This record gives sequence, C-alpha cells and structure tokens, in this order.
Amino acid sequence: MLNYIWLTLLLSGIVVAALNGNIEVVTQAALQSANDAVQICINLIGVMCLWLGIMRIGEKAGLIETISRVVRPVMVRLFPSVPPDHPALGAIIMNLSANILGLGSAATPFGLRAMQEMQKLNGGRKEASEAMCTFLALNTSCITLIPATIIAVRVNFNSANPTEIVGATIFATCCSMTLAVLVDYLFRRANRRTI
Amino acid sequence: MFLSILDAVSRWAIPLLLFLVPLWGILKRVPVYEAFVEGAEEGFSVGVKIIPFLVGMLVAISVFRASGALDVVSRACEPLLVRLGAPAEVLPLAFMRPLSGSGVLGMATELMKTFGPDSFIGRLASTMQGSTDTTFYVLTVYFGSVGVSRYRYSIITGLLADISGLIASICICNALFR
Repeated sequence: MLNYIWLTLLLSGIVVAALNGNIEVVTQAALQSANDAVQICINLIGVMCLWLGIMRIGEKAGLIETISRVVRPVMVRLFPSVPPDHPALGAIIMNLSANILGLGSAATPFGLRAMQEMQKLNGGRKEASEAMCTFLALNTSCITLIPATIIAVRVNFNSANPTEIVGATIFATCCSMTLAVLVDYLFRRANRRTI
Repeated sequence: MFLSILDAVSRWAIPLLLFLVPLWGILKRVPVYEAFVEGAEEGFSVGVKIIPFLVGMLVAISVFRASGALDVVSRACEPLLVRLGAPAEVLPLAFMRPLSGSGVLGMATELMKTFGPDSFIGRLASTMQGSTDTTFYVLTVYFGSVGVSRYRYSIITGLLADISGLIASICICNALFR
C-alpha cells in the first residue's frame, strides 16, 4: 500500500515536471528535502532526550501508572489488544494530552515511547499492530484544543478576533476524530488477527 | 480574556511539568538525575532511527509538490469542493494538509496576507490548518521510530479523517462566517 503511494508521489511528480519543462525542479526538491529531513530529525533529538528523561522520572515515581489507572475504562475499550495495566497506555494518554494542550514538543516523544511499548507487544514485527493503527488514527485526527500557531499568525496580521476560529476548529476536529475511531474500528473488525 | 488564558497555558505548561515531575520523583525517592539521563539516552537512537524513513517520505512529497503535480490534482478536484462551498483559492491548502505541516502553515499565512485574516478565506484556511494533523509526517515518524514499514490500513484511516475534517471545516465555516 505504502509502496504504491510513495511511488505514485515520486513518479507523478517527475512526469509532471518533465511535461511542464522544468525538470531541474525535481533535482532541487529531492536534494533539498533529503537535507531537510535529516535536519528535522537532528532537531528532534534534543527535545526527545529532554522529554524522555522527564518521562522516565515520571515512570519511576509511579506518576504514569496513576494517570493510566484513571483513564483505564476508556482505554481498554479503544485498545482491547493492550493489557489494561501496560505502560503503553500511560504513554498514549500523555501523548494525547500533550497534543490536546498544544504542547507539540512534548507530544512526539511521548508518542514515540508509546510506539516502542506497543512494538514490544507486537513482537518487533515490521507490520503495524492493531493498537498502533488505533493510536495513530487518534493521533493524526486529534490535533489540539487551542490551535496556538494559527492564532499567532492571525494576531500577526491584525485580526479583529484572532480566536474566533477556535470553535470551528474544535468542531472539525471532533468530526475527523469520530470518523477516524469509527473507520479504525471497522477495519479492525474486518481483518481480525491476533494482536 | 480567552487570549490571555491561552497565553498563560502556553507559557506555564512546560515550566510546570518540569517543576512537578522531578519534585514528585524525589518525594517518591527516585534518583531523579540518574533516571533522567537513563530516559534521555533513548532520545538519540530514536532520532537517528527515523532519518531514513523521513528522508524517503519527504523527498517523494517534496518532488510531488514542487513539480506542480499537487496543483494538477487539486485543479482536478476543484468542481467538487467548490460545490461544497469552498473558494477555489483554499483548495491547494486542502491537498497540502496531509502531506506537509510546514507547507500548509506557509500557505495559510500566504492566504491571510493576501485576503486578510478576517475574510472568509482567511477564516476557512485557519480552521482547515487547525483541524487535523499532517498524516504522512506522523505515520512516517511514529512507525519509523520502531522500524515498522507496513502500515496496513492506517493510511486510509488517516486520509479519511483528513477528508472528513476538510468537509467539516467547509461546512462549519459556511454556517458560521458566511
């Protein structure tokens, strides 16, 4: 699936550039973005170390466990393949809360920690587990309660009411999140497999 | 009022976390610094592990976008979305949404500069930018960090969520701001 999407993006891009007569664009875009990708990962490392360090303190102090216990009833329903007291659930909750609060820098490390825990349950396979798919369905569709970045842009352009779009954003997020959970559930039922 | 609460949350959230978690840790007799370093150690390997996945994905997306193929697709879908009540100007943004977070922010900024943040286009662009996350980026980074390369149905789920977020944004903005 991903193989075809990746190939389509790449090949159709090259064909369109050739038809438009500006094939140089392809070379430039490819080399530049390869560079950008490494830069993004390098920039991620510092933030990652910081939050994974803080999170380890939280884990050892039993904080993550406490949080997971509070939200267990909901989580067990969403992630039936993860044991109810597994550390993955704590990390998932930390990630979703950080996302909702708009703490982008903390959200990714927590999320990657959750993926690691789920990959342990998955036995280190190259194929995504059901729990991972559900988690990412939630993660990509739920972005934030307060879209701080775009509000900052609106303030910057002297909007009369920079926050007026918050209600609309929350509505749209709820729609996409509901659909994501539903679609994920249907897919999960359609191809039942172990874990 | 709302803006000042928002400002307070974004200014205080991280300092509070950095204050409370280590404090809680030491009260629970955790060797806090050692625990921190132990956790932080993983940050490096995870960051490096993502690199090949992200290079592959960003190169394909960037070629697709820079070549003008994205515009071709968005022009082909134009009649459909215009019927839903979206101005043609915001369509490239709709297609950029799942592909590139920085791209979509750049486009939204550009639209607000041209049409003003309080125009219908400005409001719709703001709503669309905030309504979902960058599906391809998230999947690449998250799956990449644990070496998963077969995403199964999660791409379809993510893209369907993006489409529903897009349609919901158009509908709600038409209802509220037209």
